[in-house]
Amino acid sequence: MKVMAQMAMVMNLDKCIGCHTCSVTCKQAWTNRTGTEYVWFNNVETRPGQGYPRRYEDQQEWQGGWTLNRRGRLKLRAGGRLKKLATIFSNPKLPSIQDYYEPWTYDYATLTDAPAQEHTPVARPKSLISGKDTKITWSANWDDNLGGSEASFRHDPVLQKVSTDVKRSFEDAFMFYLPRICEHCLNPSCAASCPSGAIYKRAEDGIVLVDQDRCRGWRMCVSGCPYKKVYFNHRTGKAEKCTFCFPRVEVGLPTVCSETCVGRLRYIGLVLYDADRVLEAASTPDDEDLYEAQRSVLLDPNDPEVVRAAERDGIPHDWVVAAQRSPIHALINEYRVALPLHPEYRTMPMVWYIPPLSPVVDVVRDTGEDAEDPDNLFAAIDALRIPIEYLAELFTAGDVAPVDRVLKQLAAMRAYMRDINLGRDPDGSIPAAVGMTEEQMYDMYRLLALAKYDERYVIPPAHAEQAHALEEIATECSVSEYGGGNPEIFGEGSGSLTPLAVENFRMLQDRQTSDTIAAPDDKAARVNLLNWDGKGAPEGLFPPRKDD
Amino acid sequence: MDTLLWVIVPYVCLALFVVGHFWRYRYDKFGWTTRSSQLYEDRLLRWGSPLFHFGMLGVVGGHVIGLLVPRSWTDAIGIDDHLYHYLAVGGGLVAGVMATVGLVILVYRRRTVGPVFSATTAMDKVMYAFLAAAILLGMWNTIAGSILTIGGEYNYREGVSVWYRSFLAFQPDAALMADAPIGFQLHALVAFGLFALWPFTRLVHVFSAPLGYLTRPYIVYRSRDDRQLGSHRPRRGWERVG
Repeated sequence: MKVMAQMAMVMNLDKCIGCHTCSVTCKQAWTNRTGTEYVWFNNVETRPGQGYPRRYEDQQEWQGGWTLNRRGRLKLRAGGRLKKLATIFSNPKLPSIQDYYEPWTYDYATLTDAPAQEHTPVARPKSLISGKDTKITWSANWDDNLGGSEASFRHDPVLQKVSTDVKRSFEDAFMFYLPRICEHCLNPSCAASCPSGAIYKRAEDGIVLVDQDRCRGWRMCVSGCPYKKVYFNHRTGKAEKCTFCFPRVEVGLPTVCSETCVGRLRYIGLVLYDADRVLEAASTPDDEDLYEAQRSVLLDPNDPEVVRAAERDGIPHDWVVAAQRSPIHALINEYRVALPLHPEYRTMPMVWYIPPLSPVVDVVRDTGEDAEDPDNLFAAIDALRIPIEYLAELFTAGDVAPVDRVLKQLAAMRAYMRDINLGRDPDGSIPAAVGMTEEQMYDMYRLLALAKYDERYVIPPAHAEQAHALEEIATECSVSEYGGGNPEIFGEGSGSLTPLAVENFRMLQDRQTSDTIAAPDDKAARVNLLNWDGKGAPEGLFPPRKDD
Repeated sequence: MDTLLWVIVPYVCLALFVVGHFWRYRYDKFGWTTRSSQLYEDRLLRWGSPLFHFGMLGVVGGHVIGLLVPRSWTDAIGIDDHLYHYLAVGGGLVAGVMATVGLVILVYRRRTVGPVFSATTAMDKVMYAFLAAAILLGMWNTIAGSILTIGGEYNYREGVSVWYRSFLAFQPDAALMADAPIGFQLHALVAFGLFALWPFTRLVHVFSAPLGYLTRPYIVYRSRDDRQLGSHRPRRGWERVG
């Protein structure tokens, strides 16, 4: 047994109202730069729908993730090492910008600059890729709230797996939101696809990152990730992906998407897992067994043997304690209500979801029946096969039994808590019907419904004695920021290090005060510096002119 | 003049090539990338890029054999001049045509596809000019020099190759190059120009050919272990702990 710690997330889909606050704040924090206009580390999809990029879940087409070969051994679906190198000059499975969308801005200046005229001037859309006038035909959430309706969501690859006769009634009845970030998989196929070895998993907390200094822009990670959560920065020529906000997590703060979530539906915590068993679990022969296999890789942090092994493997004691208090462990393995997204990709994703009961509740309420009555809800869950099958295609590779069980647990919680809230005697038979004790039921209610900040986020800070060794500078002594940097080097690594927030601030300021709308005129003078936005000459590259 | 062209210029270019790469790797790892434009356009790239790159691999292989392997070695394994000539011209033509066709497709794409063109830097354009000139002169030498024998026969293995090896051994013999046909002279000069530009262009990606991928484990783990930290060192007065 080799115990490793993994920072993981659970999202409670019942609470998602599809407001996109997580996407917007994430974008402001991480991808508001030239070259990453189309990059959404976090996005919210309406289901049924095509997702972002369009139809990313169709692995027949995109060949992402892992599959089993004839001998039952795990292999990359898009082909192994030799095939990757043979196709390195033109990646055969790279989504084009059209599969995402062509990012644009508006010609706002005309609104104020236009001469006096009969008609109100119009700000025309300009492509951020070509700088020319463009026609907007798609965006990151074009089919939001079933926008485009049938024309759009009949292309949903998940819906296409659900049999045709149930499709029609589902289209009339259901809709829910699916917020997505990088899964920070235990068995990441993006890392396995990277020819340069630039994508790595941090041994301490399992966060998957791209080393920007080692990435050479081969783009194999974009194809390898079945969730299409690695993006190619077309300006710098490097891959970028969700960082799990590691500078925040290292100091004990939740990610930006979680912190700003209006519905408070995200949970962050540690899980301990047995690294020696990951490959075996990912090679489980039957797709439908993958959910259980993945669950079994996670260790019980309260088991004394696990605690001893964790200490032996160098996991600090306070991290073990955090793993014991982890809401993630509770939701996945104690209450068993959280399910992984597309376990059939065999990457062992580490962002899990509590499937939504609300579509079922809505239907029961619309019929005029009591939507809090356990018998009504149980009967509805049994009767409404369509949403159950759809959820099963998302979360359990098509096996409806676990989805069924989870929804019944949620329904039971609803019914059980109503008695308590109305001051009636709680009915112990309701939790018992779904195999839970009354105490467990109440604890689950507390975690899911009250969702206190410090119960949702149990994030042990990275160790103070290791703080200097952290790659990110956010934890270093701020006084040294004014020291003037390392005199020995110049170029990219020179000068004092800029904290991330300040860097973004400067870039935003540069952009807001630049003369051109989209692609800058002086693109020709490109220098690949991280924080130089391509407008004007980078400071310090040339000596100051005499007349300045 | 001969000394300038065939001793001084080549060594200056070689020095720029070596020191330039060292400098670039040390200070601009972030800029060390292929700068792919596949996201913008895929249809032309799908044909042009593999044609060009596989063609160039053949061309480079041919140059290694032609320039670095002395005639006595091939004689020793029983390859006579006629057979060698046949192999070299045949292989060279195939690789050269692939590279040329690929280059034409790629340059056409770069000029006509809007987003690709606007992502092209001045340095890219200079580099393309040198690269295209070197390839075209090389093709000219193969076709006109070796097949059509315009301007008489010239065995480069007795001239250019010997000079090149003497150049690498730091005992350059300029006279050998001075006697070579103008086509070979121009080809060599343009190639040295390209080598001098090399470290300052996107061509650096040649040196990140990911051969390590064949042997490394699929999943890379990194820890805060000192040796594996990012490229920036702690500032003076600070030491890494733990």
